Amino acid sequence: MSFLYARNITFSYINDFDENESAKKTTVFRNLNFAVERGEFVAVLGHNGSGKSTLVKCFNGINIPEEGDVIVNGYNTKDEEHLLDIRQSVGMVFQNPDNQIVATIVEEDVAFALENMGVEPKEIRRRVDDALKTVGMYEYREHAPHKLSGGQKQRVAIAGILAMRPSCILLDEPTAMLDPNGRKEVLKTIKMLNKEFGVTIVLITHYMDEAAQAERVVVMDSGEIVMNDTPKKVFSRVEELKNIGLDVPQVTELTHMLIDEGVSIDSEIITEDECVEAIRALFN
Amino acid sequence: MIKDITIGQFFPGKSIVHRLDPRMKIILTGIYIVLLFLAKSIFALLVGIIFMIGAFIISQIPIRLMLKSIKPIVPIIIFTAVLNLFFITTGELLFQFWIIKITTDGVKTSVFMVVRIICLIIGTSLLTYTTSPIALTDAIERILSPLKKIRVPVHELSMMMTIALRFIPTLIEETDKIMSAQKARGADMETGSLIKRAKALIPILIPLFVSAFRRAEELAMAMECRCYHGGEGRTRLKQLCTAPRDFAALFVTALFLIGVIIINRIFS
Ligand SMILES: Nc1ncnc2c1ncn2[C@@H]1O[C@H](COP(=O)(O)OP(=O)(O)OP(=O)(O)O)[C@@H](O)[C@H]1O
Ligand SMILES: [Mg+2]
Repeated sequence: MSFLYARNITFSYINDFDENESAKKTTVFRNLNFAVERGEFVAVLGHNGSGKSTLVKCFNGINIPEEGDVIVNGYNTKDEEHLLDIRQSVGMVFQNPDNQIVATIVEEDVAFALENMGVEPKEIRRRVDDALKTVGMYEYREHAPHKLSGGQKQRVAIAGILAMRPSCILLDEPTAMLDPNGRKEVLKTIKMLNKEFGVTIVLITHYMDEAAQAERVVVMDSGEIVMNDTPKKVFSRVEELKNIGLDVPQVTELTHMLIDEGVSIDSEIITEDECVEAIRALFN
Repeated sequence: MIKDITIGQFFPGKSIVHRLDPRMKIILTGIYIVLLFLAKSIFALLVGIIFMIGAFIISQIPIRLMLKSIKPIVPIIIFTAVLNLFFITTGELLFQFWIIKITTDGVKTSVFMVVRIICLIIGTSLLTYTTSPIALTDAIERILSPLKKIRVPVHELSMMMTIALRFIPTLIEETDKIMSAQKARGADMETGSLIKRAKALIPILIPLFVSAFRRAEELAMAMECRCYHGGEGRTRLKQLCTAPRDFAALFVTALFLIGVIIINRIFS
């Protein structure tokens, strides 16, 4: 069975305070099915309000579906008893690093989850150091988080999750508030966790070049999964993506323009290196 | 102005004062405060001053910070001095003008009170300079933990304090940003009557509140994601443990307290 598995889930937000009767209940998706295998790196794309965050929050019991079941590592998220087990094995990193750092010292923040789990102090020390070294923030362990750069803060937030030794990390637009350098740092960390430590990654992003680096890309539109395939296959459907308001990586756009002009070039190019190769081949 | 707030400003260091158990530091600060209030003469206060300066030197906190911590309370100091100067009319008359009488007792008392307040502020700010806010809240939680039995939410209170301390710099930064944004839109915050200036604060406070609530919601979710479920069964990365040096410090402080009591006897 898949590591994360959503079966026929329906989810609505209930807003009791809204005067407008019809606005009280916003149904984000109906009868949605979705699965992620252990060790996979999945990117989730979709325009604003398409339900990406809502879906991802179903996988660690923050959102409980109205209908259907979400099974995480064999546990149903409706099962209160196993909620902490689920939260421990599926960590979540949010967009704004400022709003997820709890403590005033880096290492204390990384220790927060472990303290909640009641881990022995010696073991906490070991895991905190490990997590900080993994994300390359060990030298900053005694710094105040508010004095770090955005990318560094986000890596501290990732370390805070990593210290729980989760099998899966859900990341909700972790690079949206970062500058290009910060984005690179964070994405490198995410890929390393996936490749070297076999951590399952679900990455929500608005950056196509980030999605291109995943093993699988899922595209959501108004609460439905409209595409679910390898990045190459997904990004070659340029027209469909544009129709639902999404971009493709710049190099894919370029090759598709060349194809339209009658140049014979591979239509499944998604990275810059591939593009350079293909164009060089054209000239030879 | 906002940046002058020194509460919760921690200067990391490796001195013995930094390494004392925070619980012991709170107790020592308590003894120090008692000592200041027991001191009946300026000579007895001198003992307190020596203790304070000694502690500052050992902790290697720059003297400049000592002075900085007094800055925000200068109005209170002046107020106290003036009050004592004008309203104490016993003793030899030094100077008289209209209804104002200044006497030797007045001068003595006001100098004494001013020195006492300064000692109080500087001494207690040493606690926050040398103790990380987390250690401090942790220590308060431990000291108050017996109250859990009578259902005082000690853990929740200390968690709230930790988060407040964590968000002070973030919210200050945010206030600065909102102020600049409102100024760029033509808001005038520096001129006009007091009421007008108070009103000009509204467009700053409302966005600040809205954003603080949004942050709080996100933070709560992030904490839940990290298995937070109250204080039950929680462990800590840094265990508090008392070492011989803590008792040595307690001993030295007690000596100073006794010193004050003796001097009080001699000069009474
Ligand atoms: N707390 C909430 N209460 C009510 N409605 C909500 C709430 N959060 C989200 N929604 C609504 O649910 C829908 C899906 O929101 P969601 O946050 O999942 O979108 P998203 O794909 O993550 O968008 P974005 O790219 O902006 O993050 C939107 O229509 C949104 O307005
Ligand atoms: Mg979202």
